[in-house]
This record gives sequence, structure tokens and C-alpha cells, in this order.
Amino acid sequence: MAEAALQTSLEYAVKTMNVSKEYVMGKQTLMALKGVSVEIRVGEYISIMGPSGSGKSTLFNMIGGLDKPSGGKVFIDEVDVSGLDAYELAWLRCRKIGYIFQTFNLIPVMTALENCTLPMIFAGMSTQDAMDKGAELLGLVGLGDRLRHKPLELSGGQQQRVAIARSFANDPTIILADEPTGNLDLKTGKEIIELLRKLNKEKNVTIISATHDLKMLDVSDRIIWIRDGLVDKIENRAEVDIDIGSLEGEEA
Amino acid sequence: MTAEVKTRAGIKRQIRLPNREAFKIALRSVRIRIWRSFITMAGIVLTIAFFSSVLTSNVAAQALQPSGTQAIADTAGNRATQLWLVAISLLVCAVGITNAMLMSVTERYREIGTMKCLGALDWFVVKLFLIEAGVLGLTGSILGAALGFLFSLLAWMAQYEHVFTSMPWRAVFIRLAMAVAVGSALSVIGAIYPARRAGKMPPADAMRTEV
Repeated sequence: MAEAALQTSLEYAVKTMNVSKEYVMGKQTLMALKGVSVEIRVGEYISIMGPSGSGKSTLFNMIGGLDKPSGGKVFIDEVDVSGLDAYELAWLRCRKIGYIFQTFNLIPVMTALENCTLPMIFAGMSTQDAMDKGAELLGLVGLGDRLRHKPLELSGGQQQRVAIARSFANDPTIILADEPTGNLDLKTGKEIIELLRKLNKEKNVTIISATHDLKMLDVSDRIIWIRDGLVDKIENRAEVDIDIGSLEGEEA
Repeated sequence: MTAEVKTRAGIKRQIRLPNREAFKIALRSVRIRIWRSFITMAGIVLTIAFFSSVLTSNVAAQALQPSGTQAIADTAGNRATQLWLVAISLLVCAVGITNAMLMSVTERYREIGTMKCLGALDWFVVKLFLIEAGVLGLTGSILGAALGFLFSLLAWMAQYEHVFTSMPWRAVFIRLAMAVAVGSALSVIGAIYPARRAGKMPPADAMRTEV
């Protein structure tokens, strides 16, 4: 009801308008982004590609509300990020964006369940409600029997599943995934991608990932290529011809 | 400008970290690095042991020694040296804490960045590190005060008779409590700079793959 109304009014999950970013390093000024305009619709599965040093990470951080642009505007869920103060940015990161990292980044001292509940506790949910929802989310990613395990007692794939469950804690609009399969083997990486795609469809959440993984590109709706701080091209999945079998070898 | 933005999409500022949760997280951070914590704590234990033995032996000596003549000559000469030693040891202890906490902050950049990505405010991180330092400081100071008192007691027992009956217990305990308070405060003060540095870490640091 309310959510349906929201989706029709908020067409774009993320919109950047001529975004630029410069880093001052001593006397030199490095232009990491030179005016990037992209529009990402609600519910899309987007991959951002580009060689290292292309400005890919910078753009990714802008979209995730982790960094502010030097020029241009970034709208996350229709809100201009540059106008927000520290408290509002924290609120945005807590409620609107879920983060998934290449290195999983679970808090080592906490169990799987506690890791999932942390964003909800920040958001002011009661501990009991947070525990219930955390257990439900962990069940959703297939770890219903691992609630009390510490990150070190879990495999890489399981840790990433916990991280995915955590990213969905406050029902975000956007999931930001930084090389989510970068530290995983082929098979596990594929499972993680399938899980993300499934959640993307079920919850109509926008997934934006920076990746080199061709399996990831295969499920993306659109692929944004960044080169030298500019958008090189934006391709729809249908236009891209990726043959995973021949590129990565057959899996047994 | 910000007001317009806020009303438009319902951006709010409410982000919380209840004290109970903060304590839970900080206590576990101490426990998971228990050996490191012990080493950090060792400095506090030794300093406070020295501090508390100096404090208590002054009151005890006055009460225990039968006639004052010799004691007064003793303390007058020693007082300045003692004070100097105590001040130096407390300073060294605080610097030690700052150093250990700075290392800890550098080591945990990813954990801190992740917390900030999940919506933690700067002062959440500051609070966590200060609680951690407070817990280490309190535990270390209690151990140190106990240790210092125990050694002084042994020394007095070797020197005087009727130690347990003629000891001014009240005064001794007040001084031990003072030593514990100073130790805990010192630990928290030493952690202020590292904690603030941790709080200022950008959330994007969570994505760094190299140290």
C-alpha cells in the first residue's frame, strides 16, 4: 500500500548529475571523476565496471553516501546528499543503504545474529524485535542454524551470507556491493550472486555492485563502464554477450 | 536548503547506541584480544601498584611508628623524590595507554569503517573506545591497588608488630580508592586522542583492502 505508492513516486533510486571529484595531493590535483551522470531505477541490478584508477571506486562511494562530490549533485532516494549533515548521512546509511564488502567485514566479536541486529539497534529497534528480524533474515540467506556462530567459525561464503542478511536489516532501498565475490571461490561466488539476484527480485531492492566478476555481469540489468573518470558506455544485459563457460572454464 | 531536503524525503537524525549495547560491544572487544589487553593493562597495574603503595605507606608509617622523630626526618627527605617518581610513572602510564589504543585503532580500521557504514555516528565509535579504555583502566587499577597494598603490608609486617590492630584501615582504604580512581581516569584520558581519531575515520575505509 504505502510501499507501492512509494515506488511509483520514487522512480530513481540513485541519480547523479554531472558529478565530479577532485583529490588534492600536495601541489597536484587529481580529477577522479570528470562529470558523471547516471540514473539508476528502483529495483535495478547494476554493475559498475572499470579498470583500477578509472574512478569506479570514487563513483561507488558517491552513490553509497560515503563521500561527497566536489561538483555536481548526487541524489539518493530523491535526496540531495550534499545538503545533509553528519547525523542525516548516518541516518541515510543506516536506513536507506545496505553495504556488502569484498572482505565481508563482519564485526569479529559478535555472533552472526548480533552482526545482523547491529544496524537495527542503531536504528532504535528494541533488542527483542531486532533479534527476531535478524533470525528471520539469516533464515532467508540459509543460515538459520548458524545464529550463534562467530565470523571466524564460518566459511567465507557463510560470512558473506551473514553480511547480506545484515545489509537487509533496515529494509534499505539500495544495496551497495563492493566486489562481493572477490574473496570467494567460483562455486560459492555463484551462490552469492544467485542469492543477491533472488533478493533483488523478491524485495524489489536496487542492487549496485562494483565488480570484475563476469558471472555478476551476467545477472545484471545494466552495466555501467567507467573509464578515465567518465562514463564510457552503459549497456543493457541483452546487448552484452558474455559466455561464462568459455571465459572461466567449466565447473565440475 | 537542508530543511527542504529533510521534509521532502523524511530524512531524520535519530540514530541510537544504547549504553547497554555499547558496554557489551566494548567488553567483548577487550575479551577477544585478551592477551593484548593484559599487556596494555600491565602498565596500569604496575603504575597503580607503585602509586597506591606510596600513598598508603605514608599514612601507615605515621600510625605504626612508635615515636615520630625518625619518621619525620625520613619523609621530609623522601617526599619530593616520591612525588616526582609518582608523577613520572603516571605520565608514562598515560602515554603507554595512548600508544596502545592508537595501535588498536589502526588495526581495526575496517571494523570502525563498517560500523560507520551501518550508520554509527562519530561519537558511537568514540564512546566504544572510551568504554574499552575505562574497563581496562578500572580492572588494571583494582589489580594494581591490591598488589601495591599487599606488598606494602608484607613490608610493614616485616618491620613492625601489631600491624593489623594499629593500622588506620579507613585512611588506607580511602587512599586505595583514590589510586583506583586516578588509574581509571588516566586510562580514559589517555584514550581520548585515539578514540577521536577512530571516530573521524571515513566510512569508506571499510572498503580499503590494504592497511
